Amino acid sequence: MNPAMSGPRRWLFWAGVAILILWVLLPIWLVAMGAFGGRPAVFQWPKSLLPGSLSLSHMAAFMNVEGVANAFLNSLIAAAVTVVLSVALGAPAGYALARYAFRGADAFKLLVLLTRAFPLAILALPLAVAFIRVGLYDSPFGVALMHTVLALPFAVLVTQSLFMGIPRELEEAAWVFGCSPIQAFFKVVMPLAVPGLTATAIFAFVISWNEVFAASVLTVRERTLTAYLLGVLSESPLHTRFAGGLVLILPSVLFVFAVRKWLFTVWGISGK
Amino acid sequence: MTQKAWIPYVLVAPAVIFLGVLFILPLVQTLAMSVSDENGLSLANYTRMLGDLNFADALRNTFLLTLVAVPAQIVLALVMATMIAKIGRGRDLVLWVWVIPLAISDLAAGLAWLSILQSNGYLNSALHGLGLLDGPTPWLTQETPLALFVGIALAEIWRATAIVLVILVAGMQLIPKEYAEAAEVFGASPWQRFTRVTLPLLKPSIQSALILRTVLAFEVFAVVYALGGRNFPVLVGEAYVWQGENQNTGVAAAYAALIMLISMIATAVYIRVLRTPREQMA
Amino acid sequence: MADIQIDRVAKYFGQARALAELSLNVADGEFVALLGPSGCGKTTLLRIVAGLETASGGAIRIGGRDVGQLPPRARGIAMVFQNYAVFPHLNVADNIGFGLKMQGKPADEIKRQVGRAAEMLRIGHLLDRWPAKMSGGQRQRVAVARALAVQPAVLLMDEPLSNLDALLRLEMRADLKAILREAGTTTLYVTHDQTEAMGLADRIAVMHGGVIEQIGRPADIYARPATRFVGGFMGSPPMNFLRTTAIDGRVRIGAADLPCPRASGDVEIGLRAEDATPVPDGEGLPFDVRVVEPMGAHLLLTGAVEGRPARAIAPPDAPIVAGARIGLRPDPARLSWFDPDTGHRLGAA
Repeated sequence: MNPAMSGPRRWLFWAGVAILILWVLLPIWLVAMGAFGGRPAVFQWPKSLLPGSLSLSHMAAFMNVEGVANAFLNSLIAAAVTVVLSVALGAPAGYALARYAFRGADAFKLLVLLTRAFPLAILALPLAVAFIRVGLYDSPFGVALMHTVLALPFAVLVTQSLFMGIPRELEEAAWVFGCSPIQAFFKVVMPLAVPGLTATAIFAFVISWNEVFAASVLTVRERTLTAYLLGVLSESPLHTRFAGGLVLILPSVLFVFAVRKWLFTVWGISGK
Repeated sequence: MTQKAWIPYVLVAPAVIFLGVLFILPLVQTLAMSVSDENGLSLANYTRMLGDLNFADALRNTFLLTLVAVPAQIVLALVMATMIAKIGRGRDLVLWVWVIPLAISDLAAGLAWLSILQSNGYLNSALHGLGLLDGPTPWLTQETPLALFVGIALAEIWRATAIVLVILVAGMQLIPKEYAEAAEVFGASPWQRFTRVTLPLLKPSIQSALILRTVLAFEVFAVVYALGGRNFPVLVGEAYVWQGENQNTGVAAAYAALIMLISMIATAVYIRVLRTPREQMA
Repeated sequence: MADIQIDRVAKYFGQARALAELSLNVADGEFVALLGPSGCGKTTLLRIVAGLETASGGAIRIGGRDVGQLPPRARGIAMVFQNYAVFPHLNVADNIGFGLKMQGKPADEIKRQVGRAAEMLRIGHLLDRWPAKMSGGQRQRVAVARALAVQPAVLLMDEPLSNLDALLRLEMRADLKAILREAGTTTLYVTHDQTEAMGLADRIAVMHGGVIEQIGRPADIYARPATRFVGGFMGSPPMNFLRTTAIDGRVRIGAADLPCPRASGDVEIGLRAEDATPVPDGEGLPFDVRVVEPMGAHLLLTGAVEGRPARAIAPPDAPIVAGARIGLRPDPARLSWFDPDTGHRLGAA
């Protein structure tokens, strides 16, 4: 509800909103300028909001730097595997929590919540040792396993509320009118769950794509993009760093934008 | 349908096994690793950690950063959440923009602020344009520890306020507006309504946000690295160095255990201090 | 078409008893209503017949076949759910045809049956619509059409009208009765609304606390309730209960002197408001009027008979005001007598 605000207060309010919007968007804009402006823009002094020589060629040059394309690919693989694993493990668990009351449900929920209370990435340390033994070290698959631990709690809790939002009556109607439980799940529940599952998948992707510490600890040569950038932070030229930052930012922001309505609903912050 | 009792267990089992192997096990292993060396149980790792040159700095820096950034985030998020509640049209768009930093990696956030704060960065350009500076001035070096700290704090606040914002907006949506309306009818000013109705009812959300943000704040890493490199030691950064450069997993594990301990204590403190008695729940 | 035999069915949830060894037969083509307050077990019983719950004991036979081990889809039933359960991701035609599609019927036959069912419910013009864009009443018709389209042996309905507003409920009730009468489907119908049960059912089973207190035709249950509970549940305004003592086979309250089936001891009279005629003070039962509500077709009087709360009705233009004392002359043939301790009916049924 928007109580009417008097003139000058109104202006002040909206000015505040505008400032905060700028506060959020400016750094992103600037890193984009750094990325598209390349070397010349980085060394330009003083800087302007719109550097002179903008060009996509700087981004292309970044992608051609040794190791970058490979790192990009590794990040993609890790994120994709994370998505598959967290949905494959999380959705059934979410369904069980939504539809069944069983002993251990509370304990399971506690376990899931517990994973968020601990500094998770720290667990990468012993896993590095373990992975060496198992042969998963220095591989995007190993990284994906760690990332799935990060994404799984989210997947479970979101799919739980997703399935709870699909009335049991619909499944029962499907059973009455000819479906076996599995048929009912795929014919009636899944079609209604797809938007939510997609949003869950995208969020799992973003979590993996953005993660830095575990990816850095668990890889040496087959680095992900975040690990690569962290590794070359001190040595690489500034424009490379900015290009890397932009490549990190863009997919995540775009994906989350795509599913924002669903994300808002899940977080409980969608408009009344 | 005849519910076969084993169905839910089968559905939950893969996730449980996965978490058991990749969370519980490493958790225990980290603790074990921290208290052992080649000869078995020993506190050697902890001794080395405590005696390390950077330890005191790392501990102090991490604490200071948390102490400054977290309250700032809470206050800023409260302001933003209150504003969101007042916007009619365009609310979703504004909220969406304010929530963007959530989607951004902490490394990328650090790099974004690097472009602003570096010696010939945008901040200095703006200050130069205003006539306050002669030329490129370094803020992020070892010689300017205060500026470095402020820069890192700013980047962290920029990045992490979004999480608090989401939690607070969700909490606010659960507060029926009738409470504030009743207070208004009985004569409360807007500030009074905020402090006496909204804030107390938001206590559970604030508690969640504090716990989450504090635990995450003690893990700060990539933002610091992007902006200050090793000029600003923090706990996770030291763990990373001990693991990677020094190849000493034991000491790294000691750092990890320490961070875990601090997180748990902080959580316990928050739960105690911000306890809402059952009777007062909305 | 098939009959339903519910044979000593019991249901426990842990230690709590939901149903206590019930038996009930629904004849082929008959419409039986399970009527009772919330928690009486009527929905549980329906869901056991449907196969959505398992009984703790007893058997269910549909068309002579024991269906206890069969899943819902193999029992030859169709069901209309309380919240309709119309699939949001299918349009109306696909919803109605869902059961037929699962049976593997060819497309043109499905189309024909869907059209027929839709016409019966007068929603033939809505076949291309989507449920989200329809009103509750329309969605309810879709749910009924879906159930009728498969031409089931047995139709189960779980409070299908309770989420509709009063006027719509009245309309749907009439439509439903006409359609089902013509289709001749064996129907088991759950409701908590006694006017609904009275209007629709061939026989009513009144349930309370997991037990069937009385089964019978609506008129019989209304006029000759087997227990105090049934008497008080049926009819509006509710039946009046007047507790008194019998002496030598008669009871006296005020000027009323009535023959009683019990020779002596405590009894409880069940008297419906419409079975007592207002008479001048000094005749019949003494009635102190506390509130007079003009209902249009009659006056609803609330008051007391020698301290016992009671309601009566009077012609709309009767000169009765609050605070007055009048008499009520009961029709002895339409009285019910109950044992005050057990609640059971006394005397010849």
